[in-house]
Amino acid sequence: MNIVVTVKQVPDTWAEKKLDAADKTVDRVSVDNVMNEMDEYGVEEALKIKEAHGGEVTVVTMGPAKAVETIRKALSMGADKAVHLTDDALHGSDALQTSAALAKVIASLSPDLVITASEASDARGGVMGALLAERLGLPQLTQARKVTVDPGAGKVAIERLADNGYSLVEASLPAVVGVVEKINQPRYPSFKGIMAAKKKPLTTLSAGDAGLDAGSVGLAAAASTVLDANPAPPRQSGTIVKDEGDGGTKIAGFLAAQKLI
Amino acid sequence: MAEVLVLVEHADGEPKKVTGELLTLARELGEPAAVFTGAPGTYAKAKAYLAEYGAAKVYVVESDDVAEYVGAPIAEVLAKLVGDAAPTAVLVAATADSREIAARTAAKTDSGLIWDAVAVTGDLVATQGVFGGSTIVQSKVTKGTPVIVVRPNSTAPVAAPGSPAEVTVDIAISDVAKSAKIVDRVAEAKSGRPDLTEAQVVVSGGRGLGAAEHFALVEKLADTLGAAVGASRAATDAGWYPHQNQVGQTGKTVSPQLYIAVGISGAIQHRAGMQTSKTIVAINKDPEAPIFEFADYGLVGDLFNVVPQLTDEIEKRKG
Ligand SMILES: Cc1cc2nc3c(=O)[nH]c(=O)nc-3n(C[C@H](O)[C@H](O)[C@H](O)COP(=O)(O)OP(=O)(O)OC[C@H]3O[C@@H](n4cnc5c(N)ncnc54)[C@H](O)[C@@H]3O)c2cc1C
Ligand SMILES: Cc1cc2nc3c(=O)[nH]c(=O)nc-3n(C[C@H](O)[C@H](O)[C@H](O)COP(=O)(O)OP(=O)(O)OC[C@H]3O[C@@H](n4cnc5c(N)ncnc54)[C@H](O)[C@@H]3O)c2cc1C
Repeated sequence: MNIVVTVKQVPDTWAEKKLDAADKTVDRVSVDNVMNEMDEYGVEEALKIKEAHGGEVTVVTMGPAKAVETIRKALSMGADKAVHLTDDALHGSDALQTSAALAKVIASLSPDLVITASEASDARGGVMGALLAERLGLPQLTQARKVTVDPGAGKVAIERLADNGYSLVEASLPAVVGVVEKINQPRYPSFKGIMAAKKKPLTTLSAGDAGLDAGSVGLAAAASTVLDANPAPPRQSGTIVKDEGDGGTKIAGFLAAQKLI
Repeated sequence: MAEVLVLVEHADGEPKKVTGELLTLARELGEPAAVFTGAPGTYAKAKAYLAEYGAAKVYVVESDDVAEYVGAPIAEVLAKLVGDAAPTAVLVAATADSREIAARTAAKTDSGLIWDAVAVTGDLVATQGVFGGSTIVQSKVTKGTPVIVVRPNSTAPVAAPGSPAEVTVDIAISDVAKSAKIVDRVAEAKSGRPDLTEAQVVVSGGRGLGAAEHFALVEKLADTLGAAVGASRAATDAGWYPHQNQVGQTGKTVSPQLYIAVGISGAIQHRAGMQTSKTIVAINKDPEAPIFEFADYGLVGDLFNVVPQLTDEIEKRKG
């Protein structure tokens, strides 16, 4: 199995996330950045499938130079090699441009399986799996809490989360799978893994290298634009009271005063 | 007036409340045209509702193709209608399925996509709350036909009864769109309560409940309030409550009038799914729990004492 897994570097989950005052893109400079937590589940699933069926796991990311830290993490978890699409011209790309760029890189790797996660924690689009399936003309197996691959038969099946349960969805390989965090428990990189990661092949591509038209990428060519961004009015600090045997009654009093009951 | 396409959100034909919200919003932007896609025989159940909420036209596609495959066929329907009807915008609900359909529609029509809008003005400027609602952004699509994903509970649905024209859409779904086949549907979630994302009141339970059977306390409180039941990831991971009820970054995003968190610490990933609730009440025995930093009303105490008393007190006040 030739497996591609996408990972995105995002501001640390606990960091106070902000938009850059000038161009209204995510401030990735004044915060610590980490691999999108959900992508750890994607990498783990790719590694598990490789361990079960053999093959190779290639990590693909699009992001600034320092996104290489996130690539290293995926390699130290056990991925075999990586492609880093990085170019100042790509800065500020929207989801449609990002998907077009990633699809171009992924197609050149001719994978049997593409694995993404359901959501990146900074922008929270939850769309990349669907967009990659659309761009690559492959089956969309997103929202997967369980994946079963049968490389011999060329089949893949998932349990797809639904509103009131799940759907069993089947497709032929190659396919795009999008995982949710119920799917596995990501491993921690071992010391050996961290050392090995330094020697694994990493290909760095510019937009041009990837065959992307310079006029189609980046903030200026995006299909949507941020006109204005402001901090939300701060929540008024609440009332905190201690239960003295009448806690339930006190809450009911508050709810009644707010006309909520 | 140009059309505004609204993708009808429904369960086996029964429209979800968010459909009424989208039609209400669409009326302010142009002529609302509902797009119904579903299995054969399901449209009949949606018809009266769509008329009630002011659809001027309904495009209908009833076929196994749109019902039996993930996402792609419905995106083909929307893309065809974008081409044929040249609408001002396409509005879809911010559900897991529909946001994916919206994204594919935008890609097919070479249009811009905006997700998680909570308001859209007449000039198609959308308001998004980003970073869990801590930053408010105004954004606009600058290319193609704006495809806008609107969060449930963003507006109140207002009826505007009419008699829409029905148009059966003549479309053959391509083979490539029929590649991810839904072979079975398995129900797991508890039913009989309001939809989590549509409910006006949500009561959620976390690890503090200690065991699956203690969710009965949360359910009982929820039922006195006509509320939906949510859960933290700790609770769903422990198997105490179905995953479908998880609230948070990787669960559902809710913004009800009232959110009551029971035995939930308020981790950032939980907060991401409920922070825009109008009023937040927290019950937690740890005065240092992060949830108290953003609760409107926090009760420091043992949930096993507080919750039953609260339930009784609400019952009493209802008389
Ligand atoms: C606050 C905010 C709001 C935004 N709103 C919009 C909007 O409304 N419309 C719009 O078109 N764009 C929007 N963008 C831009 C958009 O987020 C980026 O283009 C982004 O790369 C794709 O969306 P996502 O991160 O939400 O991906 P998601 O769809 O949430 O990500 C799912 C998975 O896709 C993969 N993935 C995503 N991005 C990359 C990457 N660069 N490299 C490798 N893998 C990746 C990861 O595996 C990830 O887990 C917004 C950005 C921000 C910061
Ligand atoms: C990729 C990723 C995605 C995630 N997505 C989500 C998500 O979507 N939703 C989500 O919720 N979490 C999510 N999490 C997990 C999140 O980080 C927290 O671990 C989780 O929210 C904790 O759940 P909890 O508050 O129920 O448990 P805890 O943090 O253990 O809190 C339990 C609370 O109960 C209180 N308590 C205990 N006993 C009592 C009592 N008798 N009376 C009153 N209070 C009591 C304790 O004081 C404590 O504050 C995610 C994490 C990751 C890494």
